[in-house]
Amino acid sequence: MDTERLAVRKTYKLFIAGAFPRSESGRSYEVRDAKGNFLANASRASRKDVRDAVAAARKAFGGWSGRTPYNRGQIHYRVAEMMEGRRGQFVDELRADGSGKAAAETEVNAAIDRWVWYAGWADKIATVTGSANPVAGPFFNFSTPEPTGVVGIVAPDSALLGLVSVVAPAVVTGNTCVVVAARPLAAITLAEVLATSDLPGGVVNILTGDRAELAPWLASHMDVNAIDLAGAPDELAASCAEAAAENLKRVLHPAAATDWTADPGTARLTAFLETKTVWHPVGI
Amino acid sequence: METLTDAASLGAFLHGLPGVDQVGADERAARLATRSIKTTAKARAIDLAISMVDLTTLEGADTRGKVRALCAKAVHPDPGDPSVPKVAAVCVYSDLVAEAVAQLKGTGVGVASVATAFPSGRAPLEAKLADTRRAVTDGATEIDMVIDRGAFLAGDYQKVYDEIAAVKAACEQAHLKVILETGELMTYDNVRRAGWLAMLAGADFIKTSTGKVAPAATLPVTLIMLEAVRDFRARTGRQVGVKPAGGIRTTKDAIKYLVLVNETAGPDWLHADHFRLGASSLVNDLLMQRRKLATGVYAGPDYFTLD
Amino acid sequence: MFEYAPAPESRDIVDIKPSYGLFINGEFVDGHGESFKSINPASEETLAEIACAAPQDVDRAVHAARQAYDAVWSGLPGRERAKYLFRIARIIQERSRELAVLESIDNGKPIRESRDVDLPLVAAHFFYYAGWADKLAYAGFRRSPTDGAGGGADPRPIGVAGQVIPWNFPLLMLAWKIAPALACGNTVVLKPAETTPLTALAFADICRQADLPPGVVNIITGAGETGQALVAHPDVDKVAFTGSTDVGRQIARSVARTGKRLTLELGGKAANVIFDDAPLDQAIEGIVNGIFFNQGHVCCAGSRLLVQESVAEELLGRLKSRMATLRIGDPLDKNTDIGAINSAAQLEKIRMLSEIGEREGAARWSPPCELPSRGFWFAPTLFTDVAQSHRIAREEIFGPVLSVLTFRTPAEAVEKANNTPYGLSAGVWTEKGSRILWMAERLRAGVVWANTFNKFDPAAPFGGYKESGFGREGGRHGLAAYLDV
Repeated sequence: MDTERLAVRKTYKLFIAGAFPRSESGRSYEVRDAKGNFLANASRASRKDVRDAVAAARKAFGGWSGRTPYNRGQIHYRVAEMMEGRRGQFVDELRADGSGKAAAETEVNAAIDRWVWYAGWADKIATVTGSANPVAGPFFNFSTPEPTGVVGIVAPDSALLGLVSVVAPAVVTGNTCVVVAARPLAAITLAEVLATSDLPGGVVNILTGDRAELAPWLASHMDVNAIDLAGAPDELAASCAEAAAENLKRVLHPAAATDWTADPGTARLTAFLETKTVWHPVGI
Repeated sequence: METLTDAASLGAFLHGLPGVDQVGADERAARLATRSIKTTAKARAIDLAISMVDLTTLEGADTRGKVRALCAKAVHPDPGDPSVPKVAAVCVYSDLVAEAVAQLKGTGVGVASVATAFPSGRAPLEAKLADTRRAVTDGATEIDMVIDRGAFLAGDYQKVYDEIAAVKAACEQAHLKVILETGELMTYDNVRRAGWLAMLAGADFIKTSTGKVAPAATLPVTLIMLEAVRDFRARTGRQVGVKPAGGIRTTKDAIKYLVLVNETAGPDWLHADHFRLGASSLVNDLLMQRRKLATGVYAGPDYFTLD
Repeated sequence: MFEYAPAPESRDIVDIKPSYGLFINGEFVDGHGESFKSINPASEETLAEIACAAPQDVDRAVHAARQAYDAVWSGLPGRERAKYLFRIARIIQERSRELAVLESIDNGKPIRESRDVDLPLVAAHFFYYAGWADKLAYAGFRRSPTDGAGGGADPRPIGVAGQVIPWNFPLLMLAWKIAPALACGNTVVLKPAETTPLTALAFADICRQADLPPGVVNIITGAGETGQALVAHPDVDKVAFTGSTDVGRQIARSVARTGKRLTLELGGKAANVIFDDAPLDQAIEGIVNGIFFNQGHVCCAGSRLLVQESVAEELLGRLKSRMATLRIGDPLDKNTDIGAINSAAQLEKIRMLSEIGEREGAARWSPPCELPSRGFWFAPTLFTDVAQSHRIAREEIFGPVLSVLTFRTPAEAVEKANNTPYGLSAGVWTEKGSRILWMAERLRAGVVWANTFNKFDPAAPFGGYKESGFGREGGRHGLAAYLDV
């Protein structure tokens, strides 16, 4: 008997603290392709998943920010290697999401290249944004960038390139993050890439579900230090920015829609960096 | 303190003293130097400063005549004004002590003698002790010795200690001022250690400089020494004096030192028994400022005697 | 005993007018709000009647700034803007004694500080940013190397900046706000604090002496409502605020929907960490300078002293002796170390928190000192036996009140130092170099002073982590707040 082999499907779960749990709420939602065909049941994260993800990100922050930039760069490059290995899967997922073959391939290539680009920044951004300050007195004075802490990210619709373009610059400098992804398929595959790239658990946490439901919890969370509203529509972004004021989060909300294929510059790196200035007397 | 019986524990003790941050110490001294001492406070400060002066001549060309003139000035700094206090002491080389003692008999002005191969301190211990004994025998009430900076910088604290102790013994009743020659010690950490070392060995005063090495007395160095005598008294109960010497020429300078004393070691040190200014030309500037306060017009050098 | 006779700086050098208007478009005009009085906090005497800017006045000022931005300032070559700023810096130097006396009279701070700290830093700040005005293309703020024609274009200014500053360093905070804003090509509307408007109004006169084009700098006076109206004005492109975290929060909320650029420099509760191998005498000075400088009205004040237990007793003994030498009184006396508390309201807050400290079980100590009968005064105060959970260890008191806690290990020191929603500054005292760098890496604060404290310089970026705000003032980093990047 000549039957077609039945495919083994992947369960799309959340990515929290390096593990792949289902939503604590038990909820899921159907993901369909552009023609309406069923693709998967993705986990629909809840506010408690946000809470757990923030706790995981906070726990990971000390260790990750304490790694040498060289080490963070190596791990990021490893992520790109793993992405390359899953190239076909990413292309399939983007196509399932509605991209044409060529467009999907272009986006995956760009996403991998973008990750490589950011990997190289790990041990250079401090050189570019730090300074030795010539103060008028007998003091050695220098300023260095340091990661802001836990960054909440509302990812943009651009399923892979956009996602990579917001996650990589946040974590390569030593932040940890909680990402609310727009499209679950590529996002969870990226999570699998991250889980197998020596990235410590909790550095990147990826939630899928309803951005409008989850973003306000991230924006108001008092242990989140910054929020990237790249994927939040105007009204959601405004209410999140308001909520973020409660603990003076750094808010990144570009006024214009971002062209994810353009040269990103360093703005997304510096958005989540603090400048620390250290003084010491110079004497004998 | 009594445990410091060997070289190793002496060194460990001195190196266990809190460090001195140079920039912070300079800043503190500069800050205190901005104190504004006016009117009645200035008048009192001037008289106090005069009473603290060790009127000094330490030249190869010194003669008995020079010393006689200095002694006259010491007793009556301003012959026209009997309200001017006497200076604390005259300070001369050991071979001129006898002359100074003769001149100052019964005046209450002390006679200090530099000794121990001043200013370099490079001589055998026997020579240093002989120098000291001769000055004491001739009637010196105070001995200003120099430490062996070479030994200090080489880390041979025991040698420096032993020398000070030996000279102290040779001083008998005379007070011992120990000159650290801070201009050769280079760091404030060294100044603090040398100050403690001298006090542990028996110094009655610690003194900054010979006046023959630049820089001589500075405000920050004096600050460090004042902190040392303050801490030494807190620890041992014994109050050691401080004497900045060299380069103090103006009333403004002298008052800065008094402010430093007042706000560092405290008012207990504001007396000639515990603070001296080693100087010569300073006295005339103090006298000129004193007269300006009294008359309201600026004075001129022609109205004050040279020495 | 060596008593210092009074040594008052002469007030004759300042000429305080009976009343002041708003400085809008290069002229002093009346305000439509209810005018208020600025008083001398050391004597409670009224100094002048100050106009209050109502919403229509704010509108007028913003309009003037917009006109000046469009018509003159944004199009002026950087080298020309630079020369205006150099001029202003020079005039400040020329008039520095007058400005120092005025600052001390209006604010209550000792003349020694206004003369030796505030004014030199004010002039230095204008000098520093003057030099940047024609070098912005070199500052590294273009989005990418391909941005701008030929890659060499100047980054653009933002537009009209609405700036609200506090009362603790009135003229210095003005300098921190106006100098970089103007250097980058923005125009400004600045509101000084209600209790300390006089030096800002004197600065208006300096702008006239410098022939600064009308409308480039506008100074509007008033209280909280005036500040709110300025921040909320739809034609303001950029908001810069220095002040309390609570007000900063409100501002952040109010601009959230507007797309305005925002930088905030807010409160702090800095830990000053003393290890047992610290240079003790300098550490004592650092502690004193950390908390008693400017009556403790300093956002980056070292208000939490963390002392290693092994040295705590000795250090506190020395600290108490040192505190006993602090001279409290007439701000214009050149020997005064601690002047007047800026206002009755601030004095009340300091008293309230100090009483809470006592009630919570901390031991309160002040050196014996006589306080003047008129004016607002608070003796330098030390709290020992303070626990991390006490309000005096957590809340910003903004007065001459030091809370002392102890620690055993470096890790514990870091943990305690960082255990606060604030993150503006921190101090570390140890003679061990590697430990300084270890600590400096871990302290979550925008400024770390090692073996020194409360040092400021226009070339050194200053600003906070966490709830101490965001954005930097000073240095190359300070330009980012005023460029469209």
